[in-house]
Amino acid sequence: MTLPKTMFEKVWDRHVVVPETADTPAVLFIDLHLTHEVTSPQAFQLLRERGLRLRRPDLTLATMDHSTPTRTAQVFGGEPISIESAARQVRQLEVNCAEFGVELFGLQHELRGIVHIIGPELGLTQPGSTIVCGDSHTSTHGAFGALAFGIGSTEVGHVFATQCLLQRRPKTLAIEIANALAPGVMAKDLILAIIGRIGVAGGTGHVLEYRGAAIRAMDMEARMTVCNMSIEAGARAGMIAPDDTTFAYLKGKPRAPQGAAWDEAVARWRELPTDAGARFDSSVDIDAAALEPMITYGTNPGMVVPISATIPARAGDPAFDKALTYMGFTAGEPIKDQPVNIVFLGSCTNGRLSDLRAAADVLRGHKVAKGVHLLVVPGSQQVRRAAEKEGLDRVFLEAGADWRESGCSMCLGMNGDTVPKGEYAVSTSNRNFEGRQGVGARTLLASPLTAAASAIRGRVTDPRDVLNG
Amino acid sequence: MTAIKSIRSRTVNLPSTNIDTDQIMPARFLTTTTKAGLGEQLFADWRYDESGRPKPDFVLNQPQAKGCQVLVAGRNIGCGSSREHAPWALLDYGFRAVVSTEIADIFRNNSLKNGLLPVIVDGETHEWLLANPGAEVVIDLESCTLTLPTGIAVKFPIDAFARYCLLNGVDELGYLLSKDDAIGAYEQRRE
Ligand code: SF4
Repeated sequence: MTLPKTMFEKVWDRHVVVPETADTPAVLFIDLHLTHEVTSPQAFQLLRERGLRLRRPDLTLATMDHSTPTRTAQVFGGEPISIESAARQVRQLEVNCAEFGVELFGLQHELRGIVHIIGPELGLTQPGSTIVCGDSHTSTHGAFGALAFGIGSTEVGHVFATQCLLQRRPKTLAIEIANALAPGVMAKDLILAIIGRIGVAGGTGHVLEYRGAAIRAMDMEARMTVCNMSIEAGARAGMIAPDDTTFAYLKGKPRAPQGAAWDEAVARWRELPTDAGARFDSSVDIDAAALEPMITYGTNPGMVVPISATIPARAGDPAFDKALTYMGFTAGEPIKDQPVNIVFLGSCTNGRLSDLRAAADVLRGHKVAKGVHLLVVPGSQQVRRAAEKEGLDRVFLEAGADWRESGCSMCLGMNGDTVPKGEYAVSTSNRNFEGRQGVGARTLLASPLTAAASAIRGRVTDPRDVLNG
Repeated sequence: MTAIKSIRSRTVNLPSTNIDTDQIMPARFLTTTTKAGLGEQLFADWRYDESGRPKPDFVLNQPQAKGCQVLVAGRNIGCGSSREHAPWALLDYGFRAVVSTEIADIFRNNSLKNGLLPVIVDGETHEWLLANPGAEVVIDLESCTLTLPTGIAVKFPIDAFARYCLLNGVDELGYLLSKDDAIGAYEQRRE
């Protein structure tokens, strides 16, 4: 009898080219390498310096997302990209992909988008595969039962050259999420609550597996939101077992297996979930039913509270006090009703169609509060077109929002979309670090529902107050 | 890569916890396509004011920080973005080791690949270092020890393979390339 295995162990074992020893890490084969303009130039340069070719262009796909503009005039209208160094970086990726034979979704490509949005929507992200990208939110793809994690640029070069990585086997941490989320509470709220519970280093050295009734009930887009922020708990990867929801999502996607190959793939994928009796190195229990909408008040994603709570105090912790000073908050005040200047709806965490739909449901028939800037940036050009097809763009525009081309946009301040110094942004992205959205920007991370509700009122707002009249 | 045997240097302290890679290297500088000169922008938002002048109260702008090669940071340095620009910037600035009680996974990996030593120490040693800024320490990779000026030497953990590569000044890509046959055989098996 074979020993029961976790899903992570099954995927890992199938990709070991050379096993790990005390002296050497395992050589692990990578099924899909996604790449973008920011973390790849130095890796392509490494190939040139060593006179190496790119081993598997067929398993490599490039897109541009981080430093690309979101203004239509700069994407399609022939206006130059306003940041010169960004324009150079975009051109460099074109040159590199042409030289090494990598498929590229360039600036005007109809399939371009944020790297973690396009993999799944093309059906490239598949259960049981190993996926890497020079980007920490590669954890997103774990929602399909893939082992997916972020790597640095040197490792990007390793995968270019050998399609393999040197890896030590991480530990496993099960996050068991019982019961169902209440109305108005989203996957984003769940993952923020998990990070609040285990801390921003709680998952260091581990692969997380999200399990339980709340996860089973989620659609794929919600599962991606959960896995996306695994890295915010310090874990390089988060995984969710594939099931009929996963297969229904992937079926018919252009790069998913087709015909007989599809049936074979599904049969294989059904073997992936963790066996009964398999052991995790540790586990955490969460009751989904007890959760409220969550929002951050500090400068890391673990500084998070339920929206009805007050901003906490932590005596004798200078880093905590420094964070509150940066945010301009005082311990003991409610987080609700804090003023808001900007609302950002987008990113690889919450830039998919279901996120835009959720926000549009709140915004329909309302106007954004005076003085508030609502920026809506779809996660990919496909998401943008799908949203326009069902009229979501009209809802946003009529509410007074800005509707843009896809990209990372205001998630990180490197493409021209930034939060001005000292201003408050309720953001559906994933990082509230000092300066992340612009020098001196003050970020409050929340769900698309909370973001939309806060845009209408111009204050931090519990979406249930708006949804219930 | 140059081989590393041991580092002797005074320390400089940044006691903040959870120093993320957006602080080490803010995103707006990531439009570069090389590694060169990133030390200029290291900790840019903590180091410079709006007009680009050094802030006198930031530790790296103070005279005693000059020439220090060992950065002692609060718990969990390097969390967040996978940008390798963070260790590149620290190295370009002149740091050769980062000491903390916890170091985030991707940052630790990236550091090892570039010859920036991630040194994880126990809480007591960490507290001593934070209480004694500018202490002269010796970090010895052969014995995997950090020695305080008090003479106390503490062991630090480091992956055996990474240590081998650093001690011998070889990079990991050479090893991976030497496994070409095994990779080819694996690819065939999977066809
Ligand atoms: S949307 Fe934000 S977190 Fe996601 S890949 Fe882009 S910059 Fe990174």
